[in-house]
Amino acid sequence: MKKGWIAYPYVVWLIMFIFVPLLLIVFYSVTKTTDQGIVFTLEHFQRFFEPIYIMVLLRSLYLALISTVICLLLGYPLAMILASKEYRHKRVLILLVVIPMWMNFLLRTYAWLTLLEKNGVINNFISFIGLPRMELLYNQGAVILGMVYNFLPFMVLPIYSVLIKIDKSIIEAAEDLGANSRVVFRKIIFPLSLPGVVSGITMVYMPAVTTFVISRLLGGGQFTLIGNLIEQQFLYTGEWGFGSALSLIMMVLILFSMAIMSKYEKENEGGGLF
Amino acid sequence: MTNQEIIRLVDVSKTFDDTPVLKNINLYIRRNEFVTLLGPSGCGKTTTLRIIGGFEEPTTGKVLFEGKDITNLPPYKRKLNTVFQKYALFPHMNVAENIAFGLNIKKMDKKLIKEKVENMLNLVNLKGFENRSVDSLSGGQQQRVAIARALVNEPDVLLLDEPLGALDLKLRKGMQIELKNIQKKLGITFIYVTHDQEEALTMSDTIVVMNEGVIQQIGTPIDIYNEPKNAFVADFIGESNIIDGVMIEDYVVEFANHRFKCLDSGFEPNEKVDVVVRPEDVKLVPKGQGMIEGRVLSVLFKGVHYEMLVQSNGIKWLVHSTLMEHVDSIVGINILPDDIHIMKKVN
Repeated sequence: MKKGWIAYPYVVWLIMFIFVPLLLIVFYSVTKTTDQGIVFTLEHFQRFFEPIYIMVLLRSLYLALISTVICLLLGYPLAMILASKEYRHKRVLILLVVIPMWMNFLLRTYAWLTLLEKNGVINNFISFIGLPRMELLYNQGAVILGMVYNFLPFMVLPIYSVLIKIDKSIIEAAEDLGANSRVVFRKIIFPLSLPGVVSGITMVYMPAVTTFVISRLLGGGQFTLIGNLIEQQFLYTGEWGFGSALSLIMMVLILFSMAIMSKYEKENEGGGLF
Repeated sequence: MTNQEIIRLVDVSKTFDDTPVLKNINLYIRRNEFVTLLGPSGCGKTTTLRIIGGFEEPTTGKVLFEGKDITNLPPYKRKLNTVFQKYALFPHMNVAENIAFGLNIKKMDKKLIKEKVENMLNLVNLKGFENRSVDSLSGGQQQRVAIARALVNEPDVLLLDEPLGALDLKLRKGMQIELKNIQKKLGITFIYVTHDQEEALTMSDTIVVMNEGVIQQIGTPIDIYNEPKNAFVADFIGESNIIDGVMIEDYVVEFANHRFKCLDSGFEPNEKVDVVVRPEDVKLVPKGQGMIEGRVLSVLFKGVHYEMLVQSNGIKWLVHSTLMEHVDSIVGINILPDDIHIMKKVN
C-alpha cells in the first residue's frame, strides 16, 4: 500500500482508545499496590474462583441463555413472517422491529419500569378489573423480559437477512420432489438459515451475558450479574484490580465462544452478520 | 409415443395483477410424447409449465391428469417432476443427497435408494460424483444432477424449464441429444420449455408455438417449419421473407410485381395476404433466367452457406445459398410454387 499514511490517524485512534485501555486493564488485573509499591500478583484471578463470584457468573450465563432461547423462539417465526412474500403489512412490521433500536437503550428500559411498577400501568389495569396487584418488577422474570425486549431485533434481523436470500426455486424444487411444507422447513429452510441463527444467537447472548443496566433497573439490584459486579468494582468499591480481572475473564469467555461460532459458520458457508 | 392422453389443459387463463399472461389455453399431451412449448420471452410458456407443475394456479380453467382434475392439487401431490431453469440444487447437500431427496421423503429402503442413485448417476454420466458438493460442479454437471434428481422418482411426466439455457452452445447440443436419448430410453413424457427454435426442432415430437399468451400453432417440427400457420410462426421458426401480396385467384398470387403460381386456394379474389418464403427457397439464377431480377446488396459467409440480401422491386430478399454472388451483380430470382406459403393477414 503506497498511501499507507492515510491510515495513520486511525492507527493513533486504535492505540489511544483500544490498545492502551486494554493494556491498562491487563496491568491492573495482575498488580496490586502495597507498601513496597506496585507488585505482581494473581490474587484477583484467584478471588474470582470464590463460590459467590462463580455463582454470579453462572447466573449471568443462565439468564442470558434463557433470554437467548426465548429470543430464538420468538424471533425465528417473526423473521419467517417478515421474509414471506405473501405478507402484506411486511414493511410496517419491519419498522416495528427496527424503531425501538433508534431509541435510547436506557430510556426503553425505564419505560418498562413505569409499565411494571406496583402502581404502574399493568397493575392499575389488573386492579381495575378487580384482581390483586402483582409483583412484576425486581424478579428474574423482569430481568429476562428486559433482555428479550432489548435484544430481540438482534435475533430477528440476521435470521431475516438469511431467509430472504434463500432462492424460491429451491423451495419449489423440494415441493416438486414430494416435500410438504413441514418437510420443506425441516430439510431445506431451517438448515439453510443456520448461519443467521448462529449470528442471532451470538448477537443476543454476548450483550445479555454482560449487561448490567437491565439487571439493575428491572432486577432491583437483587440479581447481581457479572456486568453489575464489574461495575461495582470500578464505581463503588474501587477495586480496580479485581474489576479488571473480571473483565479479562469475560473477554476470554466471549472470544472463545465467538471462535466456536465463527468456525461453525464457516463450515456452513455463512451469510450472517459476522 | 402412444395416443393415450396424459395431461389436458382446458380453457386455462392466468392474469398477474390484471395483466393477462395466458388466454384460453387448450392443449393435450400424450403419454411418452416429447412436447416443446416454444415462444419468445414473456409469451406465457413458463407460466403454462408452472401451472402444470402446480406452482401457479390458473385464474380460470382446469388441468386434467389422466382425466382427473388436479387444478388445486399442491406440487408435492402431483406425479410429475421438474427440472428448473437455474437447476435449484440444494446447496447444503452433496450430489447423492440431492438425488436421493425425493426417495428419502417416500421413506424408501436405504439400500434401494443407494442403488437407484447409482443407476441415475450412470444414466447422466456422473459416475463417482456421489460425494461431491454441488458448488464444485460445472453448469453442465449441475444440470445433469438436476435431471437425475427429477428422474430418479420415476415420474410420469418430466417438466423442463429452459434447462439448457445457461450452457454454452457445444455443451447444449450434446445435452440435447442426451436428453432425447434419456426420454426414449425411459419412455417418459417430457414437457420442455424453450425460446430456442432450433432446440425445439431437434428434440420434439410436438411443438406448441406460443405468443402473447395464445397458442399460435401445434404440430410436428416438420409441419411447423414447412407449413407455418401465420406470419408470427413463420418468422419465429427459422428465418423467413414475409412479403405483402395479393391473391389474384386460386393458385395465383401476385407480389414483387410478378404473378407466381402457388398451391393455395380458398381466398377471396384480390384478398391481401402475407406471403412467406424461406431464405433457402429463394433460388438465384443467372440474369435473364429468373422470374424476377434483383441486385445483390450484401454477402455474409455463414459457414455452410452464404447469406445474401437481394433487392428487387422494393423488396429485400433474404437468400441462403451455397453459391456466392458478387455484391452489386444483377441476378435472376426463381421461387417454386411449393415454396410459397400464403397466410391470411392478421387483422
